[in-house]
Amino acid sequence: MKAFTTVTALVAPLDRANVDTDAIIPKQFLKSIRRAGFGPYLFDEWRYLDHGEPEMDCTNRPLNKDFVLNQPEYKGAEILLTRENFGCGSSREHAPWALDDFGFRAIIAPSFADIFYNNCFKNGLLPIVLAAEQVDALFKELVTGYQLTIDLAAQQIRTPNGRTINFDIDETRKFRLLNGLDDIALTLQQADKIKSYEIERAKRAPWLFSH
Amino acid sequence: MSGKTLYDKLWDDHVVHTEDDGSSLLYIDRHLVHEVTSPQAFEGLRLAGRKPWLQTRNLAVADHNVPTTDRAKGIADPVSRLQVETLDKNCAEFGITEFGMADVRQGIVHVVGPEQGATLPGMTIVCGDSHTSTHGASGALAFGIGTSEVEHVLATQCLVQKKAKNLLIKVNGKTGVGVTAKDIVLAIIGKIGTAGGNGYTIEFAGEAIRDLSMEGRMTVCNMAIEAGARAGLVAVDDVTIDYYRDRPYSPKGNDWFMAERAWQHLHSDADAKFDKIIEFDAASIKPQVTWGTSPELVVAVNENVPDPALETDLVKQQSMKRALAYMDLKPGLAITDIAVDKVFIGSCTNSRIEDLRAAAVVAKGKKVADNIKLALVVPGSGLIKLQAESEGLDKIFTDAGFEWRDPGCSMCLAMNADRLSEGERCASTSNRNFEGRQGYGGRTHLVSPAMAAAAAIAGHFVDITTWEG
Repeated sequence: MKAFTTVTALVAPLDRANVDTDAIIPKQFLKSIRRAGFGPYLFDEWRYLDHGEPEMDCTNRPLNKDFVLNQPEYKGAEILLTRENFGCGSSREHAPWALDDFGFRAIIAPSFADIFYNNCFKNGLLPIVLAAEQVDALFKELVTGYQLTIDLAAQQIRTPNGRTINFDIDETRKFRLLNGLDDIALTLQQADKIKSYEIERAKRAPWLFSH
Repeated sequence: MSGKTLYDKLWDDHVVHTEDDGSSLLYIDRHLVHEVTSPQAFEGLRLAGRKPWLQTRNLAVADHNVPTTDRAKGIADPVSRLQVETLDKNCAEFGITEFGMADVRQGIVHVVGPEQGATLPGMTIVCGDSHTSTHGASGALAFGIGTSEVEHVLATQCLVQKKAKNLLIKVNGKTGVGVTAKDIVLAIIGKIGTAGGNGYTIEFAGEAIRDLSMEGRMTVCNMAIEAGARAGLVAVDDVTIDYYRDRPYSPKGNDWFMAERAWQHLHSDADAKFDKIIEFDAASIKPQVTWGTSPELVVAVNENVPDPALETDLVKQQSMKRALAYMDLKPGLAITDIAVDKVFIGSCTNSRIEDLRAAAVVAKGKKVADNIKLALVVPGSGLIKLQAESEGLDKIFTDAGFEWRDPGCSMCLAMNADRLSEGERCASTSNRNFEGRQGYGGRTHLVSPAMAAAAAIAGHFVDITTWEG
């Protein structure tokens, strides 16, 4: 997994609450059996004026000029600023895959849906929860060329005028993200504990182990 | 020391190890697999040279992409076909049981699990699908996961998790006639919002929940995720035990007696402490109809489309305006004046035998209205389809002008050929009314099976509690 340490990047504002995973990546793209290549279809129904289908070449599709990611000043944005309950809906990991493939490294919102939040960490994408007032303040001070610096080790966001905002993240997730560690390899280091658990559990619930 | 909640008990029972920061390695008893969220996970195993930790703990079924007509011809869409074939190949390669498309046990993964007794009380159950919360109806801890976690469970039979908080939702008293599990859960979401359960596991309790069949409890837990909670729970009682007796994967003989005894403890202790408790009065819940593009945008059928101008929260007001524009509705319009183009009865929320019976009662001897372009009934599994046919429900539906289809997710998310066209409006028994969910530009109103069937007959929404057909 890609590690996340410090990122300084342009911020794109997506001023909507309850952005769901069907909006982030519509279901027709979930038919892919690959993990890469979802970036061109990120927010497909909002970004384009026509109906997108898998494998479609997006270079000549008609763009919705009003959609924030189509506006030239946000080209190259790696930080997404948005409203509460971002990523609600399905468990599709295609949502963080699409955000990552598009080039986003971090998302700032007052809250995230639980499954989406969890999925981000598996893909080197950092979801940051700030108080609704802090998010609102960032929306208000956002001007053309607005950049933020996110320092994961320090758990800090630095604004262009030098203000710092602290954020919370649990230690295990932070450690794994900072080092880009593979969760499965780490868990398999505890294989003995898993086997002991199975032996002990089989005594309590033998019906689960009888076939 | 205060007692434990049901969630506390299930959690404690499955912890392999806890780190200093509170994150735990949680043992997973049952992993359900479907074609959409698993190919990249199997690919990950292959690349790392890993094998499933315990093959028998996994059960696979294709549901999202499967056609609901002409099964014998296979899947027409080559992209969908490749995904289903990839599941077949992966299951064969890794030694995982799969109910293939031609198997009578095939169906929607969350319908098949309980029906087979593959998901049991007291288990931890995961699947790469957010509606895994359904299985919590049996007093199991069940939640949806992403593809990285699918791979993690396959390889280790465990997940790294942090414990959620405890939320108790009590629905007191009895519901009125014609008010179903779907109406209860929509009313709950309407009150607490789609983020109301974020960070919580919800236990549903109270007389109205106890009065529900297992099917009804599954409908309620299914939509816990629509309230933001990864998992919903209902305590075990006789209804639960009776449901699981003699299912194909249920414990047998002495195992059954031991399991039954252990399951009796699967309820919250009387002195258990919840982080939050919300109470509802069942008698005040009316049949519900969503009007917007989020399940929380819902009203009772005898109400009108709300006016965003009356909403003081500006972010919410903006969402309401956007939803009304997408849904092409005006504030003040009576819900019963909304005409629909298509009707969908199915999905992991409402495709069980009880749902089909409720819809058939409404449809019996009637005809689908002229303005309805398509009224679909899609059973949740091949076995439910057979059961319904043995009761003559298929005949009731087809006589009334409904189409009777093969099992799958179908028009809930339109990954197969069943979908809305741009601008079409649908009365749907599914779980999500998001923009484009049932087809690009399609408009979804979530309702119960009886309400959907009545909308098909009347051509517009009607209040099932007063409607005389």
